[in-house]
Amino acid sequence: MWDYTKSVIDHFEHPRNAGKLKDANAVGQVGSLACGDALKLFLKVDPETEKIEKAKFLTFGCASAIASASALTELVVGKTLDEALAVTNEEIAAFLGGLPKQKMHCSVMGKEALEAAIANYRGQSVEEHKEQEVLCKCFWVDEEKVRENIRKHGLKTVEEVTAYTKAGGGCGNCIGDIKRILAEENGSIVEQQVEQKKPKMTNIARMKLVSKVIDEEIAPMLRKDGGDIELVDVDNTDVYVKLRGACARCANAKATLKHIVEAKLRESVDEDIKIIEAE
Amino acid sequence: MQEKMQVYLDNNATCMVSPGVKDAMMPFFGELYGNPSSMHNFGGQVAKHLVIAREKVAAMFNVDPDEIVFTSCGSESNNHAIRGVLESNKEKKHIVTTKVEHPAVLNVYRFLAKNKGYKITELGVNKQGDLNLDELKTVLSPDTALLSVMAANNETGNIFPIKEIAEIAKEKNVVFHTDAVQAAGKIPLDLKKIPVDLLSLSGHKLHTPKGIGALYIRRGTAITPFIIGGHQENGRRGGTENVPYIIGLGKACEEAVAHMNEEAGHVSKLRDKLEAGLRSVITHTYINGNPLSRLPNTTNIGFEFIEGEAILLHLSKAGIAASSGSACTSGSLEPSHVLMAMGVPFTYAHGSVRFSLSRFTTEAEIDYTIKIVPDVIKNLRELSPFYEE
Repeated sequence: MWDYTKSVIDHFEHPRNAGKLKDANAVGQVGSLACGDALKLFLKVDPETEKIEKAKFLTFGCASAIASASALTELVVGKTLDEALAVTNEEIAAFLGGLPKQKMHCSVMGKEALEAAIANYRGQSVEEHKEQEVLCKCFWVDEEKVRENIRKHGLKTVEEVTAYTKAGGGCGNCIGDIKRILAEENGSIVEQQVEQKKPKMTNIARMKLVSKVIDEEIAPMLRKDGGDIELVDVDNTDVYVKLRGACARCANAKATLKHIVEAKLRESVDEDIKIIEAE
Repeated sequence: MQEKMQVYLDNNATCMVSPGVKDAMMPFFGELYGNPSSMHNFGGQVAKHLVIAREKVAAMFNVDPDEIVFTSCGSESNNHAIRGVLESNKEKKHIVTTKVEHPAVLNVYRFLAKNKGYKITELGVNKQGDLNLDELKTVLSPDTALLSVMAANNETGNIFPIKEIAEIAKEKNVVFHTDAVQAAGKIPLDLKKIPVDLLSLSGHKLHTPKGIGALYIRRGTAITPFIIGGHQENGRRGGTENVPYIIGLGKACEEAVAHMNEEAGHVSKLRDKLEAGLRSVITHTYINGNPLSRLPNTTNIGFEFIEGEAILLHLSKAGIAASSGSACTSGSLEPSHVLMAMGVPFTYAHGSVRFSLSRFTTEAEIDYTIKIVPDVIKNLRELSPFYEE
């Protein structure tokens, strides 16, 4: 059982400002069902003064996610947008008397929803992650966010990075990169990762069958959940794919690849098929 | 306001110690302290009780007492079985298990694959959590050293057909180990009819205190000892016997056999009542697992659009103990590996709650749970950005 403060439990059991805000003029949503937590923040901003008059929220998530959202609304009401933007995730956590280390990402989610809502109010588009910059594909975290959190919070270990950003908490493929970034940010020297070789295409027949099964059976299944898949390459029994749409941001992309895509291809094409997520 | 009750529905995690087990153990914390290996009477009378306890455990599986080795827990039994078999047969390099095993098996297999050069096959399951036996037949090869398949799944309660699996393994000449920690004592397991080679058992899922387990080793199975030391347990596990707990396990097995019918009747009726009671008033609710082939005490229910830890904390406040496959409860960020292997959609994987009953569960407790849960679900859904009525 988590060691939550009394204040976390109080905000979880009696969330302040829960629900939709009908006259909201700023809305920000972060997270997804797949990620395991999400926050939709509604603000009513006075256009004259840019003061936040009301704030309400809807949360899907654990006790600390609900409490963090509740705390966030309490913190920002009465502030101007610029003042609100200065609220840090530590302030959200501190407002609750602290959060367990592994749950710090709940406060980060609060901060991000606030930024999204204010960007929405100001008519700015929320920055879209470019695929190359995405470091943790499970939780869709880019390298910049990891670096920012390392600097801001003085993070020293992969576990701490995961606690603050979720990066590295899913399949673990990016842990090597997180170690490298930690070393860079914290001033030590590490060897660069060996570059992965680009696979070359062989075996036309297998490729065609793989392609057919993906198009006709796997992709339609994933599309039902708002996702999609792209076949990138086939090298003998190594099949390189990319997940798209909801799947790409899915907390369990690796599980999807393994349990759905690989299982299906093994069944329909070749039992030695190995699914590799294309870079 | 309904009066608050304390309702324990997390018996697949651990159970209360049965009063009968506790009573049976107590003398061994007192006057019966001898070492069963000693030549004098202090030890001799204890050794006699040890013999009886071993017979009681063996009786539950219809096997011979000398095929039972006492261990410290289910995880030790699994480690002993898996590593002991492989150690005694180093020629073969392929091992087979399932994606839905308990970590006490799955992580041992993965460790061996990662560090000891074994090729591992993890069998998948379908949406209901069941294995494909035809697939099993195709993966077992002359190089396969060991197959481990659980007798019943701890999260969904799904019962696996270990008789058929054992027969397939036998035909293919593969040693078969089953983790029966959840199944033992809840469903009949007659090992004269089910040709498993090794079976793991845990006491605290059978109403003993934590700290005792057993491993059944079919006579003739090649296996090295896990703890090398004295001659205890026929030299298969060194270390002075944990006498009070072994006595407790013997008593627990005796009680489990006596209550087996009750388990299938009373307990499964209460489980079904709970399930029906919740599903009739809560929409967007799914059963994870195969309702036609489950342990009588387990139900795993997915509540859409909300998250398990939040559900559990609200239930806990109301006095109800359950567990969840949600990511947030485990400290990892991914939901249960069992639900993921089944392909349970994210809309309710995170909101899955396991209720597991025992023969001590009462109807009043189930009625109380049926009253409490719907409001908890409703309140959390009202807070969820994904739920639209």
